[in-house]
Amino acid sequence: MTAETTQPASNLAADTPATAWTPDQPMVSLKNVHKAFGELEVLKGVSLDVMKGEVICIIGPSGSGKSTLIRCINALNDIQQGSITVEGIEVNDPKLDKLELRKKVGMVFQQYNLFPHKTALENVMMAPLHVLKESKAEVEKRAVGLIKKVRLEGREHHYPGELSGGQQQRVAIARSLAMTPDVMLFDEVTAALDPETVKEVLVTIQELAEDGMTCILVTHEMGFARELADHIYFTDRGIIVEHGPPATFFTDAKDPRTKEFLSQIL
Amino acid sequence: MLEVIAPFFQNLYEKTGINFIIFYDQYEYDRFIHAIWVSFQLIIACLIFSTIVGIIGAWAQGARSKLLRLTMAGYIQLFRNTPPLVQILFFYFVLGNFTPTYDAGGFQQAYIGAFGWAVVSLSFFAGAFNVEIFRAGIEAVPTATREAAESLGYSRLKAYIYIILPLAFRVCLPSLNNNLVNLLKTTTLAYAIAVPEMMYTANQVWSDNVNVPEMMFVLFVYYIGLVGVLVWMMNRWERKMKIPGYG
Ligand SMILES: Nc1ncnc2c1ncn2[C@@H]1O[C@H](COP(=O)(O)OP(=O)(O)O)[C@@H](O)[C@H]1O
Ligand SMILES: [Mg+2]
Repeated sequence: MTAETTQPASNLAADTPATAWTPDQPMVSLKNVHKAFGELEVLKGVSLDVMKGEVICIIGPSGSGKSTLIRCINALNDIQQGSITVEGIEVNDPKLDKLELRKKVGMVFQQYNLFPHKTALENVMMAPLHVLKESKAEVEKRAVGLIKKVRLEGREHHYPGELSGGQQQRVAIARSLAMTPDVMLFDEVTAALDPETVKEVLVTIQELAEDGMTCILVTHEMGFARELADHIYFTDRGIIVEHGPPATFFTDAKDPRTKEFLSQIL
Repeated sequence: MLEVIAPFFQNLYEKTGINFIIFYDQYEYDRFIHAIWVSFQLIIACLIFSTIVGIIGAWAQGARSKLLRLTMAGYIQLFRNTPPLVQILFFYFVLGNFTPTYDAGGFQQAYIGAFGWAVVSLSFFAGAFNVEIFRAGIEAVPTATREAAESLGYSRLKAYIYIILPLAFRVCLPSLNNNLVNLLKTTTLAYAIAVPEMMYTANQVWSDNVNVPEMMFVLFVYYIGLVGVLVWMMNRWERKMKIPGYG
């Protein structure tokens, strides 16, 4: 995964100003992010950096602000204070070009949120056709490839209602990838699945990570996090309590809250 | 056509006095056929335009502009809470006075005639109900689906066209169905401004021939038939739009 970071930045335009993002800087960077829903403070100064090709996992008790955190990264939620950048784009800028941001950031939700009136293949093809206005032949080729990648050959023409949860979630991943994002956000994507189908989705994400995709995952699958993550963040009540690489995080947790959470979940 | 049925109805009239003159007299027959044609045009135009008003109105109701939202709310209140007959008369006699005219060989002809005003007023009348119907359908689309569209880069308009409206349509088809049936029946009010549709023509025929019960019978059969066809088509459409494994 780290090999990715050394690749030349050939796709960066030479005439962009000095602030232009380069791959030696964090791809996603949160600095002192504060977010409140009315009176309720949900994020109270969160900072974290994600380098290109890194996989980070966010864990923490329910209600600690994990979903809010990851939704802020693609501007589904706005923030009150602090800064979030994705490849140098300031997400909190009132003049933000949301389309530019969303071309870079893919998101997969807990409840899949597929478009129920479209088949699996159509779900994957829609956004590139409607949003990027790419040619149908090109999009179809890519979509068929992605369906194959998530191991759903033969299900292309099934509607979401005809697929299992795990299959739907893999379509949702393919749908996100069809927009060729640079970073993927996963918000508890296996939490709604039957135990048997959790694995097939995790395998898909693992392959994605091994291909060098930058991933930010909220998850309760500790085994998965330990194996795959470059870095683990533990959140509680709107702050990052503790973080570190999995090798030390799971064994040397210092904060009592982390210890308690890990003892409950492991 | 007339040659085939005329002897029977002529005979019926002579034997029993039951006078379906539109089925044996060439002049009345032509009037009747013309009425069918006009009422078809009127109904189809109103069905289409009122649906368009509903779709655009439901979009405008969710707009960021407060002025636009207030305008929509005012429009809906006005058209839902006043009699459609009053609306037609208002459009034709009040707004009709201000329509631009053109020189039609010696006299001034208005660009929008009685037929046009009937279409406009009836479309806005039924459209006001359609806006509410579509809004209910749109509200039934989960926020999560909108967010999925949003995070794929869909703008509000594109999400509305490609995702929200198609899903909302399926939810609101039964109520839309109802409202369009009502609209079909309400088109008879166009007789008040002398649009030569079926109601108006029937009225003329019975005034000329004193056969009110017979023409009433024709009216009933005609509208039962039309409503039947509309309902059949809407039901077919509803079935066709059904998504496997959904709802
Ligand atoms: N749209 C919202 N409006 C108001 N409160 C919200 C909203 N979204 C989340 N919250 C609140 O913010 C807190 C954090 O929620 P969330 O980020 O979903 O936590 P997690 O994903 O860690 O379970 C919760 O108390 C939740 O009730
Ligand atoms: Mg959550």
